[in-house]
This record gives sequence, structure tokens and C-alpha cells, in this order.
Amino acid sequence: MSIVVVDSGGANISSVLHALRRQGVDPVFSADADTIRTADRVILPGVGAAGQAMDVLRGHGLVDVIRSLAQPVLGICLGMQLLFTSSAEDNADLLGIIPARLHRLAQSAGLRVPHMGWNTLAKVKADPLSDPLVGQWFYFVHSYAAPLGEWTLASSNHGTAFSALVRKDNFYGAQFHPERSALAGARLLQNFLTNCVRA
Amino acid sequence: MNAIAPTTPSVVARRIVPCLDVRDGQVVKGVRFRDHRIMGDIIELAARYRDEGADELVFYDITASPEGRSVDLEWIRRVSETIDIPFCVAGGIRSIQDAEHVLHQGADKISINTPALERPQLINELVQVFGSQCVVVGVDSIQDGQGYSVRSHTGTPDNMRTPGRGAMDWLREVAERGAGEVVLNCMSSDGTRAGFDIVQLAAARAVLSIPLVASGGAGSVEHFIAVFEQADVDAALAATVFHSGQITIPALKQSLAAAGIEVRPC
Repeated sequence: MSIVVVDSGGANISSVLHALRRQGVDPVFSADADTIRTADRVILPGVGAAGQAMDVLRGHGLVDVIRSLAQPVLGICLGMQLLFTSSAEDNADLLGIIPARLHRLAQSAGLRVPHMGWNTLAKVKADPLSDPLVGQWFYFVHSYAAPLGEWTLASSNHGTAFSALVRKDNFYGAQFHPERSALAGARLLQNFLTNCVRA
Repeated sequence: MNAIAPTTPSVVARRIVPCLDVRDGQVVKGVRFRDHRIMGDIIELAARYRDEGADELVFYDITASPEGRSVDLEWIRRVSETIDIPFCVAGGIRSIQDAEHVLHQGADKISINTPALERPQLINELVQVFGSQCVVVGVDSIQDGQGYSVRSHTGTPDNMRTPGRGAMDWLREVAERGAGEVVLNCMSSDGTRAGFDIVQLAAARAVLSIPLVASGGAGSVEHFIAVFEQADVDAALAATVFHSGQITIPALKQSLAAAGIEVRPC
């Protein structure tokens, strides 16, 4: 199975590559359109700011390439956010695959932003990616979040409920970091590699 | 498939964070910053804490020479390959380039202390390039008359300085500049194992709406319960009590859960 991790900028991508290797696959890290188009699975990682990541994708000519993919795609953290239409962060226009806008998490006494640490998933919709993971703990670190909608497979809660796992056709996204979420995270990656199929 | 409203709202767990002092590729421990003894291999200890259920690790790189550090980032890559929980690297990061090297090896966060005091704009620059989720600011603080004041260059005790900043003002500034988290090391309790400095941490909590990590003074399970209950910190960091085996993480988490504190089960 060929796995491509998209080079969307950001300095700490290697943890995603290491996590995939622990699953026994050998990922390729690439911004090459043909390499991405022909992969069996595509992973869109990302840390940092949404606008900057979109600039990197545009610079590599990857926006339409990613939108047109038919194989299973998994966005991780900022990579998940990029699947949406827009973000309140820098007022950025994103890939527009999932029709919603990301909002900044509300800060108040007892409610710290960034949402940083381990939190659980609550089931919203049945899906082979997420079903075994309901109630499990995952590592989150983010200041912006996606609202709940028909795309939400599982939610998490930080003051209000937000989308923690999403799906639109062959596009999946995790707001948390499976590569840093111990055995539960490994299970998510394993589910993505084995249970998710082409559109 | 019908969408249903989520029925189990959850709360982010309080984190338990072992801290490993690293020198020339080994984990060392002395009375803080003096008389270092080798505690063991970095990878072995990191894997042990991963297996025990630590929520995150902090590696404090106290490698003496800058030359030694530039060739010695290899251990960060090996830690990243080995563990599947987040980790932060502190020590020796003075520039965007230093931070980039550390993050490229697979660290999830970087922590800066003295360089932030020397040039506070460095915080903004790191946040701009890497995002606030990557940028932790470590603060060493001590009671000073009526208030608290910060110390810099604490890595080398003979060189320690007093930059003349009030700790609470500095914490506010750090958060305003975009830091994603603060580790507050309370120097008067550090190494004492007599408990966290609850009063100072509660004061810090009152001025910070970003995550706050308590450091310095952990000696018993009760100290952890107290710091979460009374200072409302997001995480508690400790070294000796974990390295020595005096407190094991599964037992600690069981006690915290029994006290009604939300933790990720091991």
C-alpha cells in the first residue's frame, strides 16, 4: 500500500511519519502532484496557521489536486481544518471540501485556549473509522475548531462541543493528533489504513 | 445515518508530565543543576514513561556546549520514533533556527526561558512561524518581598541573574505575546519535595488563561492532588519522584481519579 504524507509546510511533520512506520507502512513525504494522485492513501498533516498552510499548498499547485482525490484522505489537526471552507484564523479561505467555517475557541475562567491535552470522543454518527474509538482519550492542541454538522463523526467538548472526527465522502479529518495519542491514536491510523475505501 | 447530539460532554484531563534532564545524550539528575548523576538511557526512560501512562514528557537539554548541542539533536529523533505521546524540548533554544532544528527532529513543542527574557519579541516570532501550540515559555520565579520575581540563567547557578521583572507581569506579557503554555518553576520549592508552591501557582493561574504547568516541589501524591485542586493548574511536572520510583504514574493517576480529578486512565 502506498501512503503519501503531503508536504504542507510546518516543521514537525516527522512524528506523523514515525507513527505510520509503527503501523508497518512506509510513507512518502511529498508535494509532488503525481505522487499524491497515485497514492492509495493520502495524509494531510499540518501545524501552524491555516493561511500559511494554504499558501504552501497553492505554491505547490496542490489545491485542485487535493480537492479531486478519490482515495481515502486523512487530514490531521490543521490538515483537518484545511478541509473546511474558511477559518476565522487570518480569515483564511481553505480547501472548501466541507461547507463550514472554523471559529476560535472561547476563552473564559476555567476554559483555557489553546485546548491542550487529552480529551475524549463522543459518538455522533456511525462510521468504521470512529466507532471503536468512542470514549477513548486523544491528544488535542488547537485554538480554532469546526462546528458540528452532517460531517461530524465524533465530537469532543471544550466549553462547547466541536467536531473531533469528520468525514465527507472519501475525506476524513481528525482535530486531535493520532500520532501523539498513544494506543488509541494508533488504532485510528490502523482503521484509516484498513477500513476506509475509495469514493 | 442520523446525526444525534453528543451525549457525553467531556473535560480535558489534567496532565502528569515527567521531566528528564538530558546531558550529552544521557538522562542526568543532581540537586538541580549541580552534581549530575547519570539516571539512564533517554530512550529507555522515555519508553518506560510512555508505558506507565505519562501524558507528556519534557526533556530539558542541559548539554554544556553549544557545539555539543548541534551534533546531539539525534536523540530527539530517536525519542520521536519511540514514543506516541507528545513531548517538549527545553534548553538551548535561542532562535527560530534552533527551534526549527528541534521541531524537525520530531519534538511537538519547544520551551524557552532566558532567551525570552533577553528578547521578549522572540516569543512573537516563534508563534508567528510555528503557531502558539508549539511555543512554551518556562519561567523561574521566587518570592521577593511582597511579590514574586523572575530569575534568568538558572541553568548555571553561578551565573544566575535577576532581570528585575515581576513574575506575574512577565506571565501576562508572555501570554499576550502568544505563548501557548507556561511552565512555572517555583524556585523556593524546587528540589525540596515539600510540595508545590500553591500560593504562587494560584496567583499565576489568576493572571493566565493559557495552560499552566506547575513545576517544583513534588514529593507525594497529596502534593499533586493539592496543586490541581487548589491552584487549578492544567498539568504538573516532576522529575525525581518519578525517576526514583517513589511515585509511579498509574498509582498517582488512580489517586487523582479517586479524589475526583479528571485524568486519562493509564
